[in-house]
Amino acid sequence: MSQLDTRNPDKFVSTETIDGEIATLNLGPTHPATHGVFQNVMKVDGERIISSEPTIGYIHRAFEKLAERRPYNQITPITDRLNYCSSPINNMGWHMTVEKLAGIEVPKKVDYMRVIIMELARIADHLVCNSVIGVDTGALTGFTYVFQEREKIYEMYEEVCGARLTTNIGRIGGFEREFSPVFMAKLKKFLKEFPAKFQEFDNLLTRNRIFMDRVIKAGPISAEKAMSYGFTGPNLRAAGVDYDVRVMNPYSSYGDFDFIIPVGQDGDTYDRFIVRQEEIRQSLSIIQQALDGMPEGNHYADVPSFYLPPKEEVYRSMEALIYHFKIVMGETPIPVGEVYHAVEGANGELGYYLISDGGRTPYRLHFRRPCFIYYQAYPEMVKGAMLSDAILTMSSMNVIAGELDA
Amino acid sequence: MAELNNENVLQALKEAFGDAIMHTDEQYGMLTAEIPAERNTEIIGWLKNHAEIKMGFLTDVCAVHNPEQKGRELAVVYHLHSWTKNFRMRIKCFLPAEKPEIATLTGLYNAANWMERETFDFYGVQFTGHPDLRRILNMDEMDYHPLLKQYALEDETRDDKDDSFFGR
Repeated sequence: MSQLDTRNPDKFVSTETIDGEIATLNLGPTHPATHGVFQNVMKVDGERIISSEPTIGYIHRAFEKLAERRPYNQITPITDRLNYCSSPINNMGWHMTVEKLAGIEVPKKVDYMRVIIMELARIADHLVCNSVIGVDTGALTGFTYVFQEREKIYEMYEEVCGARLTTNIGRIGGFEREFSPVFMAKLKKFLKEFPAKFQEFDNLLTRNRIFMDRVIKAGPISAEKAMSYGFTGPNLRAAGVDYDVRVMNPYSSYGDFDFIIPVGQDGDTYDRFIVRQEEIRQSLSIIQQALDGMPEGNHYADVPSFYLPPKEEVYRSMEALIYHFKIVMGETPIPVGEVYHAVEGANGELGYYLISDGGRTPYRLHFRRPCFIYYQAYPEMVKGAMLSDAILTMSSMNVIAGELDA
Repeated sequence: MAELNNENVLQALKEAFGDAIMHTDEQYGMLTAEIPAERNTEIIGWLKNHAEIKMGFLTDVCAVHNPEQKGRELAVVYHLHSWTKNFRMRIKCFLPAEKPEIATLTGLYNAANWMERETFDFYGVQFTGHPDLRRILNMDEMDYHPLLKQYALEDETRDDKDDSFFGR
């Protein structure tokens, strides 16, 4: 490792040959170490990477085209399938975009409920990413510890919306029902028990000499490069830029909570790992604050043209029946306009650019998918690195195939 | 300019470029300026390098297709963000469908590379000077640009989702 300075990869390209020839290695699209359908055609000299050519789009499902044919409430399930490790954040981001377009003000309580769900999703997403960094370095144990905890988060989603992975959680205007007592009990139990389990995971890796030697200086990126490449989220913060949408453009009452934005220094795999670890702790604190300060009020906004009435009302009252019919048939009045709304997804700024012409479906919907934008820096980050570092760099960047390919 | 807001950024843009800032609006609080397509790198570069505005971050690039607007069917939409002053704005350039050509922003932002490839892939916008303008999400053999409005998503003989049934 000593003479391999990955911070200056150009220094090493093609100046040294190990067996005198350059080989082409096809990594992916279904290689088990790539955690998703990614293909990289790499030119390697021995084990050192000279260049990498990513091919993406293997699971492209034309979401933007689909969205032009679906009423607004039917687009939420599409957003589930972007970053499927933290679907609730995508769902909430979409609800908030439509609310912004339609000028809907949601009660403070809805904001707080959303914050709880979104931060749970962030914890689940970061747990997957960080434990998989461990797996890719050969440390499987931590992964098995935290996946039990992730399971508990999924059980909580189930209590709220009935689904686990592709959640379709919440509605435009709020939530379909109150948080149930079972959910509250599970959440409180989780808040009480999770920190100890998480600490156990942290102890396994964070100051583990073998792990540190393995990940420090693996796949670094400078702050300037990260900014130019459109990095957002933990990957950017690991490079030392304290940009977080929750603080820059607070949405859903994030301004009410007291939390810090952890930043790294070198933008390498270790910093990305550490930033996520700290964000998990901050998310726990945010959930606790939201739970303690949960305001009184309704769990939905008073927007009958978007928010489905209770089913028993639909059978009894004419008005509820009309609204129910109109929502299900996609006949909701929507203003003409264009709006961009961004939320802090688990891996970066998740933006929705929505243009409405007043019709039943969006005229144009564009997803700003964070990992699609920052994955283009990958060839540069792994240039000159060892092949095994390339695997680590990819898993620590938290590139999710569903979001990458939309 | 201690703080950036829609008024003073728009004023600075108008002072520097005059008539090139063609149409502006502030829907939902975001400043949107329409500029001539042939001056996109000049004006966005100016915004990026301006000592106060510092639009250092390219949030998003995408296109919109409006078949009804003859001569300006395609719009390329840039979302810019100044992190130092926390100011977002939107730039639009309109292109004719017969010759959808616009200069690339890859010289200003590395992030533009894949975003422009995606825009090319789905709308066929030719970004001149782009280092590697190939399809990105669709397969290379595809011979059309699928997000253009003339390509229907579903069987066109279906009429159960027609807006005319809803009085529109």
